[in-house]
Amino acid sequence: MTKKEITRHDGRKWNETRTISAQAGVIPQADGSAVFTIGNSTAYAAVYGPQELHPRFMQNPKTGILRCHYNMLPFSGPGSRGRPGPNRRSQEISMVTQNALSPVVDLTDYPNSVVDVHIEFTQTDAGSRCAGICAAAIALADAGIVMKDLVSAVAVGHLDGTVVIDLDGEEEHFDGEVADIPIAIIPSTGEVTLLQMDGLTQPELIIEAIKRGREEIEVITKVQRDALLKKFSSEITGVQEAKTALKKILSEEKK
Amino acid sequence: MTAKLHIQERQIVVPGQVLATGLEYLPSKGTYRHNDTIRANRIGLVQIDGKVIKTIPLAGRYLPKRGDTVVGRISDVLISGWRVDLHTMVDSVLSLKEATNEYIKRGEDLTRYFALDDWISCKITQVTSQNLVDVSMRGPGLFKLEGGTIIEVDSQKVPRIIGARGSMVRMLKKATDCNVVVGQNGVIWIKGEPDMEVIVIRSIRLIEQNSHLQGLTETIKEFLEDLTGNEVE
Repeated sequence: MTKKEITRHDGRKWNETRTISAQAGVIPQADGSAVFTIGNSTAYAAVYGPQELHPRFMQNPKTGILRCHYNMLPFSGPGSRGRPGPNRRSQEISMVTQNALSPVVDLTDYPNSVVDVHIEFTQTDAGSRCAGICAAAIALADAGIVMKDLVSAVAVGHLDGTVVIDLDGEEEHFDGEVADIPIAIIPSTGEVTLLQMDGLTQPELIIEAIKRGREEIEVITKVQRDALLKKFSSEITGVQEAKTALKKILSEEKK
Repeated sequence: MTAKLHIQERQIVVPGQVLATGLEYLPSKGTYRHNDTIRANRIGLVQIDGKVIKTIPLAGRYLPKRGDTVVGRISDVLISGWRVDLHTMVDSVLSLKEATNEYIKRGEDLTRYFALDDWISCKITQVTSQNLVDVSMRGPGLFKLEGGTIIEVDSQKVPRIIGARGSMVRMLKKATDCNVVVGQNGVIWIKGEPDMEVIVIRSIRLIEQNSHLQGLTETIKEFLEDLTGNEVE
């Protein structure tokens, strides 16, 4: 069933994701940050903390907590300006993102504190919660948070009974039977930390789709790891720039 | 199952990366065992000591530790002491008797000694399990920081800024004739000629940017010699 060749509107194969790229350390002021792009969905994640947690009633004396904020920018949609600020949908996705990331982070060294994860989208074209989770995992590692592994996520699904990986916006609105199943997985253990579904499907299709998703997760994990490794290049940088900038400042002062 | 090492000394690793397989190797700080593999649990540089594998963190906020010298800001005046902001998740307390040798009368205005927004260098005397911190100013090199410039750096990079047995910070002080206090919490106080302060700040930023690389002392030495025109030992 899955091997049936279908043509997707953008020419991808059934098991092909859109172009993926990632970069760590894009927001200097944050403790950790990352941008993760899959096709036309771009997620920026910034991590602040561990820091003091307010309101105080949320404090947990046994461990620090993770707090995620998911937000789509008003211009990120298909063209019309969205209503800014939190809404029912973003609150739900903030919660599932938090649940997807919490199993890997260990904040027992930081009682009563919080790690804030802000995820913002400059453009969205389906698969945004998966992109957000991928970006947040890189940003958390970049912030030096103790975590047993990264978390990688991808959307799987089917179009009229054919399993496909990483549905885009047009495919989600496919005229026929369609299902969109975002999954997040801890690569080292294979544990699933996020599994949702939207649409119509059969049990066999879900099992098949998740199996294919697991294979694709490995590719995404590699992109995430490479982004982190790339941030710490192996050459001493910035010496010459600092020298020339400083010399200029000092000579101007003498005048 | 044969033991196998998957990484080299001083290699950069990311959370979840397999460092070694087999039960022969032992996980230490920054690593954990998962079945028969040892994996990293934070971004860091690998250090292998015989059969023990650990990682030196490359990022992360400061976690208060007893005995650390830190630089903090007076954030509040209490009934018998001061609250000090150390740029961690909880504030610390400097009690009256740890602050000064002078006799302070009951009910006296404590801002005469330390006012809000004053900066001090102090030592951490106690950290509880809930990360409540007590600091003291009794000891050599602990004083009120008057004038100068305060900068913040990543606290994980402080060991490189101080250098082996203080070599790096000694070089900075000597080359620029500035007074420099480096707090383990990543707050640094610099006081000297304005030009020289700028050179120290830029040098520290360079160290911070390249802290995971070897041969930094030589590069910074050249940098300082070029900018100050003085020979550095």
